[in-house]
Amino acid sequence: MAECGASGSGSSGDGLDKSITLPPDEIFRNLENAKRFAIDIGGSLTKLAYYSTVQHKVARVRSFDHTGQDAGQDHESPYEISVQEEVTARLHFVKFENSYIEACLDFVRDHLVNTETKVIHATGGGAYKFKDLIEQKLGLRVAKEDVMTCLIKGCNFVLKNIPQEAFVYQKDADPEFRFQTNHPHIFPYLLVNIGSGVSIVKVETEDRFEWIGGSSIGGGTFWGLGALLTKTQKFDELLHLASRGQHANVDMLVQDVYGGAHQTLGLSGNLIASSFGKSATTDQEFSPEDMAKSLLHMISNDIGQLACLYARLHGLDRVYFGGFFIRGHPVTMRTITYSISFFSKGEVQALFLRHEGYLGAIGAFLRGAEQDNPDQYSWGENYAGSSGLMSSSPELGPTQGAKSGTFDLLEMDRLERPLVNLPLLLDPASYVPDTVDLTDDALARKYWLSCFEEALDGVVKRAVASQPGSADAAERAEKFRHKYRDKLQTLRHQPFAYGTLTVRSLLDTREHCLNEFNFPDPYSQVKQKENGVALRGFQSVVRALDALGWEERQLALVRGLLAGNVFDWGAKAVSEVLESDPQFGFEEAKKKLEERPWLVDSYDTWLQRLKGPPHKCALIFADNSGVDVILGVFPFVRELLSRGTEVILACNSGPALNDVTYGEALLVAEHIAAMDPVVHSALREERLLLMQTGSSSPCLDLSRLDEGLAVLVRERGTDLVVIEGMGRAVHTNYRAALRCESLKLAVLKNPWLAARLGGRLFSVIFKFEVPAE
Amino acid sequence: MGAGRLRAPMERHGRAAATSASSTREPAPEEPDGRGQEPLRRRANSTSVPAAGTSAEGARRDRHGSCSGGTSVSRQRVESLRKKRPLFPWFGLDIGGTLVKLVYFEPKDITAEEEEEEVESLKSIRKYLTSNVAYGSTGIRDVHLELKDLTLCGRKGNLHFIRFPTHDMPAFIQMGRDKNFSSLHTVFCATGGGAYKFEQDFLTIGELQLCKLDELDCLIKGILYIDSVGFNGRSQCYYFENPADSEKCQKLPFDLKNPYPLLLVNIGSGVSILAVYSKDNYKRVTGTSLGGGTFFGLCCLLTGCTTFEEALEMASRGDSTKVDKLVRDIYGGDYERFGLPGWAVASSFGNMMSKEKREAVSKEDLARATLITITNNIGSIARMCALNENINQVVFVGNFLRINTIAMRLLAYALDYWSKGQLKALFSEHEGYFGAVGALLELLKIP
Repeated sequence: MAECGASGSGSSGDGLDKSITLPPDEIFRNLENAKRFAIDIGGSLTKLAYYSTVQHKVARVRSFDHTGQDAGQDHESPYEISVQEEVTARLHFVKFENSYIEACLDFVRDHLVNTETKVIHATGGGAYKFKDLIEQKLGLRVAKEDVMTCLIKGCNFVLKNIPQEAFVYQKDADPEFRFQTNHPHIFPYLLVNIGSGVSIVKVETEDRFEWIGGSSIGGGTFWGLGALLTKTQKFDELLHLASRGQHANVDMLVQDVYGGAHQTLGLSGNLIASSFGKSATTDQEFSPEDMAKSLLHMISNDIGQLACLYARLHGLDRVYFGGFFIRGHPVTMRTITYSISFFSKGEVQALFLRHEGYLGAIGAFLRGAEQDNPDQYSWGENYAGSSGLMSSSPELGPTQGAKSGTFDLLEMDRLERPLVNLPLLLDPASYVPDTVDLTDDALARKYWLSCFEEALDGVVKRAVASQPGSADAAERAEKFRHKYRDKLQTLRHQPFAYGTLTVRSLLDTREHCLNEFNFPDPYSQVKQKENGVALRGFQSVVRALDALGWEERQLALVRGLLAGNVFDWGAKAVSEVLESDPQFGFEEAKKKLEERPWLVDSYDTWLQRLKGPPHKCALIFADNSGVDVILGVFPFVRELLSRGTEVILACNSGPALNDVTYGEALLVAEHIAAMDPVVHSALREERLLLMQTGSSSPCLDLSRLDEGLAVLVRERGTDLVVIEGMGRAVHTNYRAALRCESLKLAVLKNPWLAARLGGRLFSVIFKFEVPAE
Repeated sequence: MGAGRLRAPMERHGRAAATSASSTREPAPEEPDGRGQEPLRRRANSTSVPAAGTSAEGARRDRHGSCSGGTSVSRQRVESLRKKRPLFPWFGLDIGGTLVKLVYFEPKDITAEEEEEEVESLKSIRKYLTSNVAYGSTGIRDVHLELKDLTLCGRKGNLHFIRFPTHDMPAFIQMGRDKNFSSLHTVFCATGGGAYKFEQDFLTIGELQLCKLDELDCLIKGILYIDSVGFNGRSQCYYFENPADSEKCQKLPFDLKNPYPLLLVNIGSGVSILAVYSKDNYKRVTGTSLGGGTFFGLCCLLTGCTTFEEALEMASRGDSTKVDKLVRDIYGGDYERFGLPGWAVASSFGNMMSKEKREAVSKEDLARATLITITNNIGSIARMCALNENINQVVFVGNFLRINTIAMRLLAYALDYWSKGQLKALFSEHEGYFGAVGALLELLKIP
């Protein structure tokens, strides 16, 4: 009754294909610096994992050196930009058919430049079989790792680091995949691994898990018994056969036993009374399709039933399914989902994992990398380098089945710092950053996919322009164009490829692709120039504000915040204006704004609130560089400071569009402090703190924020959160519920979105929320 | 995971406690293509007839028409009716998915006078059933199960146990017509799904009206009754000592003096699992579609065998370890990380993924593997149900176990091993006939 994650040394995979030629810049990338190898060899697929470093150009900002000869010179720019090389850590995972293993190992050996690695950590049933081949080809010693330990480690890793890793599958629903927001506490859960047999493992903590049961009726039973019954040899073909069959021809159903009476008895006649029961009572011939279907139901139902019995016995409701029986096969996900729902009466949902196929390899890698403490870091899925769900699914037609589809990739970037929940989220378990689920909303999906595709020319142009000294900028920009266009194309057909499709994921994918081709910050000069211009206007704006009466000033500050937010290079309607009219400034932007009452307008409540006691500490998420942060946000910050409210100004850690980065914000603040005593003293006394968010996205995921920021937010007793801009306050967090007061404000710079929300271009969202007592 | 605790209103009243459930024995989900179909429901009503007492009578709803009693013809029959005794012949019928089980009470205390008055058709039935051990090409009387000198409703006689395939039901009905059953004005108490499926045929072809009875009620009633009367002086219930050791294995009587709570696993074509807390208080916990029908059905497909006996005979000569992938086939021995012994099956039919191994196995090996697979699975589900219901004696019944010592010993061993001795597997001599006995008891209104 046992099981083992390994699938059998099945029928496929013995004839090795040596003829394959691998495109080195697409598969097995960054091998030169690779170290720490791990391999998971299953019955038909091999997963190779390695850790590598990626060298990237990054734009760094710093103050001009005032001690040097430039001293005293009046700069047009407030700071200088230098391009530096930065090394980041990345995990690479490559999945391919066992038949390519020899060719792949040769390739790895040929491209491995002087690595210090001596060992490869191996797991999976095939690790024994290919041990000698691996040692001989790579010259590395094979260290065997326990299959289940690797699986669980891998599972914990993806559940912690990849938002929307888990999904439920519903065949006839649209979308078929419904992704789950990661629960902040991933334990305890049940992992049902359906390999050749079934293992049911209860996972309680990072290091504590227990085999609580299993069944010998699993994928091997489907495959082995299926091959005997139908003479079809391959697992995939058996599934295909099953998908065309009618099990009722083979199974004895309730209606076969009860006749028509099942209706009057309130029984569902289609329930299976006895699997294969008809083959016991009649002499007829059965079609292979029908037998395969009957077998599929028999096995799926049995596994679902046992999983429910175990879940009930241990009081668990999160049950993840994996193993080769499940792996990307809609047919089996469907029958398992049905069975679980039936036997648990809907109390347990079958959950599947996007990267289920990589769990063993991830786990084996982590086992080997324990001295690097990979668990201490947060990791992020790199959309540019990852294939996405079902990339090589046979169901997706011939175009996907070609050579490139033979290899499936996953790349995870190591993030500088650990990411955690914003402590002020009302309910971290139910928090969903994104406002619109584009997998669900076909109309919105169509619009945004075209929108991003249309904007691509502009992005390419901007990228090239940002690197005037680079000879290959145009070439790299074209590569970027192809890469991102391919991604958009993939998402058109498989919106579920990277979890729930959202405007945020489209934006993030674009940033990842730009980075991939060494355009780390195409807007760096634009931001530099705009920051310079805005800084020069700061004092007059502040003077004008100070001249106003209290009530007038409050409205002017809010209008300033909103007008600043118009300066968004990510919005086509704005970027066109900014490109064509260099004189377009703060005052022009104010004129574009919708007059009150705004589309969403709780300004009066806000004003009332300001008449009350000051907030203790405000957390403000800044948006754009230039006018936005300098003439909109800083005067607003200054007002809060004067009221006695401490302010944490949180900016992106890395660049995204023209959003102000933490590095830039520090320099901007320095310049403002030099002009303004309020800001100056607040900075010195740490009543104004600049922090980084841990993100490089134009949007905001409050469940993945820099740990230092979270700690500070808690320490300072933050009681007001201000989220600014379309990306952070509309595309994401529009519906985010916080435990403290919050202000979400944005100018709608996209006519389609504005129309959808019942407004028009430059409509204003001003949403002040006070949590219920 | 008690089946269908939803939707259908509780309509059982009177003696039965509120938790008692009647329901179908069909456990497995339907084909997911059928969207929107309802999950397994508790059967809306049971037509079980309460004891002669009248208190429950008012609450009972018999929506399938009454049991036809018939009018008396002879003095003897009038006597019978006066004593609230049904007319002969006394049958109990359980029409399953694969097999029909028939119990027949043969009165041995017939007086000369009675014999003289006995109508010809009744006599002919009695002689036919008791003087043969086989009927037609498929009907069989399990002579070794016959219960002798039983007293039922004041009559002494022998209880006979007869079975034939459900697909011969039309022939059976035809025989009833030919032997002019309808003239006896007898009541036919029947349970099992077939009681519903063949009701119309009984009526139109045999001119017989069935009294349809809930199969789980009948099953439990039958088991308790048969256990109480014993097996011709021997114990009805038994267990296996040292089930894994063919030298030391012993079948020993078990005294079911404290039957409750009890997990009852009925393995027919499919499997039903009931938790029984008292005579009238039970619930259907779950069921599985992987049952006797699956074993035999797969054996037919894999080996070309044609009878259950043949399938078992092949299985007795086969070696399942050639077909199944064991833990030791993968790990070279025990999988210590999880405490799994090397001999445990990791993947049923797992070796059959390989072409070479498929070509190397015999039909006997395949039959054995099928038997082991189905049996282990039933054991596993039963064990989980016992744990969830907190019950530690498990009685396995049903015709899958007939002449199936391999399965019984495996169930006994698996339950003991995986529960570390906490659970005990029990068996019963009349394994498949309890439903039919229960139907007979309903006819006689024996509580």
